[in-house]
Amino acid sequence: MTTKLFGEPVRRREDARLITGRGRYLDDIGAGALAAAFVRSPHAHARITGIDVDAALDVEGLVAIYTYEDLTGPLAEPLPVLIPHPQLHAPRTGYPLANGEVNHVGEPVVMVVATDRYVAEDACDRIVVSYEELPAVVGVDAARAAEHAVHEEIPGNVAARHHQETGDVEPALAASPHTLSFTQYIERSACMPLEGKGVHARWDPDDSSLRVHTSTQASTSVRAAIAAKLELSLDAVEVVAPDVGGGFGVKIVHPWPEELLVPMAAIALGREVKWAEDRREHFISSAHERQQRQEITVGYDDEGRVTALDVHIWHDNGAYTPYGIIVPIVTATQLVGPYDLPVYRVVVESVYTNTVIVTPYRGAGRPQGCYAMERTMDRIADALGLDRAVVRERNLIRPDQFPYDHRLTFQDGRPVIYDSGDYPGLLTKLKDLVGWDAVEERRRDAERRGKLLGAGMALYVEGTGPGPYEGGHVQVLGSGKVLVSTGLTSQGQGHETVFAQIVASELGVPIEDVEVTTGDTRRFGYAVGTFASRAAVMSGNAVALAARGVRAKALRIAADALEVDPQDLEIDEGVVQVKGTPGASIPLRTVAVLSNPLRYAFDEAARQATQFAGPADDSRPPVAEGDAPGLEHRDYYSPVRSTFASGAHAAVVEIDPATWEIDVVTYAVVHDCGNVVNPMIVEGQVHGGVAQGVGGALYERMAYDADGQLQNASFMDFLMPYASEVPDVVIDHQETPSPLNPLGIKGAGEAGVIPGTAAIASALEDATGRRIAAMPLSPTQLYDLVRDETTERTAQAARRTGVPA
Amino acid sequence: MTTSVDAERTITVTVNGVPRQATVPVRRLLSDALRHDLGLTGTHVGCEHGVCGACTVLVDGAPVRSCLLLAVQVDGASVTTVEGLAREDQQGGQVLHPVQEAFRECHALQCGFCTPGFLVTIAAGLEARDADGPITDEEVEEIVGGNLCRCTGYANIKKAVHHADAAMRDAR
Amino acid sequence: MKPAPFRYADPRSLDEALAVLSAEEGAKVLAGGQSLLPLLSMRLAAPAVLVDINRVPGLDAVEATGDGVRVGALVRHDALLRDAAAARVQPLLARATANVAHPAIRNRGTTVGSIAHADPSGEMTSVLALTDGSVTVATPEGTGTVGWRDLFVGPLETSVTGPAVVTSAFFPALPERSGTAFAEVARRKGDYAVCGAGVVVTLDADRRVSAARAAYVSVGLVPEVHDLTDAVAGAPAEEADWAAAGALARSLVEPDGDIHASADYRRLLVGVLTERTLASAAAEALGKVA
Repeated sequence: MTTKLFGEPVRRREDARLITGRGRYLDDIGAGALAAAFVRSPHAHARITGIDVDAALDVEGLVAIYTYEDLTGPLAEPLPVLIPHPQLHAPRTGYPLANGEVNHVGEPVVMVVATDRYVAEDACDRIVVSYEELPAVVGVDAARAAEHAVHEEIPGNVAARHHQETGDVEPALAASPHTLSFTQYIERSACMPLEGKGVHARWDPDDSSLRVHTSTQASTSVRAAIAAKLELSLDAVEVVAPDVGGGFGVKIVHPWPEELLVPMAAIALGREVKWAEDRREHFISSAHERQQRQEITVGYDDEGRVTALDVHIWHDNGAYTPYGIIVPIVTATQLVGPYDLPVYRVVVESVYTNTVIVTPYRGAGRPQGCYAMERTMDRIADALGLDRAVVRERNLIRPDQFPYDHRLTFQDGRPVIYDSGDYPGLLTKLKDLVGWDAVEERRRDAERRGKLLGAGMALYVEGTGPGPYEGGHVQVLGSGKVLVSTGLTSQGQGHETVFAQIVASELGVPIEDVEVTTGDTRRFGYAVGTFASRAAVMSGNAVALAARGVRAKALRIAADALEVDPQDLEIDEGVVQVKGTPGASIPLRTVAVLSNPLRYAFDEAARQATQFAGPADDSRPPVAEGDAPGLEHRDYYSPVRSTFASGAHAAVVEIDPATWEIDVVTYAVVHDCGNVVNPMIVEGQVHGGVAQGVGGALYERMAYDADGQLQNASFMDFLMPYASEVPDVVIDHQETPSPLNPLGIKGAGEAGVIPGTAAIASALEDATGRRIAAMPLSPTQLYDLVRDETTERTAQAARRTGVPA
Repeated sequence: MTTSVDAERTITVTVNGVPRQATVPVRRLLSDALRHDLGLTGTHVGCEHGVCGACTVLVDGAPVRSCLLLAVQVDGASVTTVEGLAREDQQGGQVLHPVQEAFRECHALQCGFCTPGFLVTIAAGLEARDADGPITDEEVEEIVGGNLCRCTGYANIKKAVHHADAAMRDAR
Repeated sequence: MKPAPFRYADPRSLDEALAVLSAEEGAKVLAGGQSLLPLLSMRLAAPAVLVDINRVPGLDAVEATGDGVRVGALVRHDALLRDAAAARVQPLLARATANVAHPAIRNRGTTVGSIAHADPSGEMTSVLALTDGSVTVATPEGTGTVGWRDLFVGPLETSVTGPAVVTSAFFPALPERSGTAFAEVARRKGDYAVCGAGVVVTLDADRRVSAARAAYVSVGLVPEVHDLTDAVAGAPAEEADWAAAGALARSLVEPDGDIHASADYRRLLVGVLTERTLASAAAEALGKVA
């Protein structure tokens, strides 16, 4: 039986086109389109005093120039605050083109449309924008100090103060046998998909319709935003996400200015217009994430059990807050990880800076939360002289405590109630996998080779698959082909394969007959988007429900045709048959034909469904009351709350104490995302996440100078890891199914990246005996740290012999 | 002086075995000429400063960054893009290159954007290999070490190189 | 990121190339282009005319003789890396070239071009200095030789100005009883080095150190050769105090800091890499002393 595909490492169906150069990415569309390019602010903070386009007007091939003055109606208003929240008391968003003021380098000021991108850039070069520079606020500490304001009317630079508490933290701290307090930092990185953003728009003046292709993670919502901003009827706008060359979060934000301006120009000019973001634009105008200052106070007992946790975070949200306070909320609520914390209070102050906006990047606040919690565990272990694994083990939520209510409110407005998990199981597997108990032996071996070795671990729990909903549509054609569509988009996760696996399994058809479409509003108009590790949970369950609907209808029709009870039927290999009765069967494709009573026989198959094709019951209408023609079903999955995946990572690092070069020599992952649809794809997600985790821990950071200039806005200087920098990863799995959804699955997309910074920081601290309180860490920074007399030594280093003091 | 100094040139390039002609401004990057003048959009542009390797193509058999070459520079040369890796079979179908097969089999791609650059680089690297034994991890890292991938973490790409190497040695 | 407009010529002879360079204001030579093209695409450079010398015959030879290795202007890094004869005469060539970027860049980029580009983070500028090399420069007035000391004026700046083509670089042969080594620390493999060191150690017939010299990558504005002999002169090669030579090197260099490395960290690396490469070079030299 080939139809039982759920759980199998089915090879990807999207690969056939992608390995032969037949993928269709944004810039592959619209060969004859006009090209857009942008004049962007060279200053981090300035008032625009004039825009002189005269010199550009005689550029041959120039078609149009747009400034803020050319925007009308809703388009001239600020971009939407996509996710409002009562605690976001001072939201600010930019305009599609700057309206008198710029708040970060890279903010779009002028759009040029020309015959090709070269010419458009020629015109951009000749446009002179005059600025009056204003003081720039760069970095979370400068924002907090508030010597200057990013937005004049928000003098303290605080956009939001997000606050949650599960009890009275101060008395709990006062009553704790021990407390410790510390401050630590984590830096900015960015999603940095290999394909930048891009938009192509085509206006059909004959029927006044707009078709937009955009490299997005949320095509349905881009569609709604375009309709609203350009004052078009929703049904006049189609938005399609073509093949998308990676997202990791940056393409969930919408509408990006270009997603409105390119369609605007296409309508105004009556020509196809396209914008393909280049790498420099991506660095200075697409979102970043991760910078936070974290102040932590923890109370704990002699055994290392946490008695109270008090966390105050300053979160750099960049110049604007289009994505609300999702990242702060996620940090605040996911920080607690797999631990049973009696009392927890968290305040996240989200502050403005004159830098690129901060919106979710794979992990979306979780890596920072994990860094806060896991480094707290390390500190407790260090203070008590306990094994770091032991301290963690003593604080874990036990398997019999599920569902476990953290008494917090998650990013979807729903309670943080863990559905299922086995955290002690994860820790045990991790210790075995990495050889935790043999680390001292490895350390001695490394010392003999002149290297400093250290190990670290980090555990996490990840809320995945938040609502509100996704939908799925499944239709069986008379040819036997099964069309599946869902509204959320794909950026390389293999949705065409996993959704086909689910539908093939549910329906009982060969996977070869299943064709999946995602992210095309022409096919499915209702969707939320691809983020928060939600695609498999949300659309996976939605297409499963839709397939079950089709199956029920197919059995009903087949039962009529075969004159048996539907309960006696099964579907296998695309054939509906009576269980245990060979020969009593009808192909599903025939059922599809019969499902649609016809007058016209447009092809041979259709003939079987026409009115004189066979005996009919004259007493009943051809389409029964409450029924509809066609073997298809649409259904939605809307969960009561998120599922919670979990995992544990460990890293072993070796440091050359002469050059302070850092080598991750072992990286171990234990991963639990509930039932697995396709283990090959899940492992791929883990591998990719770990590479981004290692990148974020040791290589990548956005290096802004004090004036707000990004000094490393290129792949030469922003150090995304090559194969040579990514360690081999060993993976072990655990499966605790989610009780919340029909398939028992949890999300897997972001997991791999979450604990990287925490685990590697722990390993670096273990190797050097120096407190690591700022990540990422480069060799030059490590050199500064170890030779600085004031750097705190760990207590463990003092206890251990052989570590250089 | 007999050398002409031009703003535009008509060039002839053998692309994937087929002579192609295009009239291009001399500043046109080879990557753009392949994609937009010749319609071969399989070659992708990821950084336009030569670091990511997504735009890698073979010029006279050797991997080069097509964003670091002007189209006019390959006038008269032979260029292989990802579209030219598979060969035609007798039945009018396609036989994938072993590296393409290996990428699919080993799940060496996710979003697929960097994939064409990896494929042509690896194909050239394995074809140029003269050693008889299985490819070493060090050789694999040298071949794939200049291309960026943001999705896969490279583990399955490296696995695919081993896989393709084995298939190509078997076929010899 | 598309180049600004320019005009283009691809002359078929050196004379023609020089003629175009003379006739056209703002003309620039294009050889491998692996450094120039990113500058063009970022519009950090906008020459009026590019003179592509790739079709000029006779510039693509590596000639290794007893005196040294002459590398033509169109010799790609990869070709030099694989040239066994050149590696025998001057082993630093292959050793340094192996550190230049990644294979796809080495397939196109030229050794002479990287020297003419005079990037202080380029490997081959340092090797030209360390080997006491020179370049041959063709101008409409004739052909001349420029020693490395006179060539490098500043970062990305050489003394070759006006209509001129650097047609070759000459790297003198490794002296007798000498060994070399080259090592780099880079953030990612293939990146420009945070710090690189090339060294030559020469022994006397009694296996004692008679000379130790080093040149660095990404340290200083122009290539410099540092004579470290004083720290180790006369010491038996097996026992020489290479750490002392490293310390001497640290005191001689004046590195700058940037986002990847502080000046102090570069200085540290100068010491470490000097010590390590000298030891390795000395071991190689020992093998050549009967």
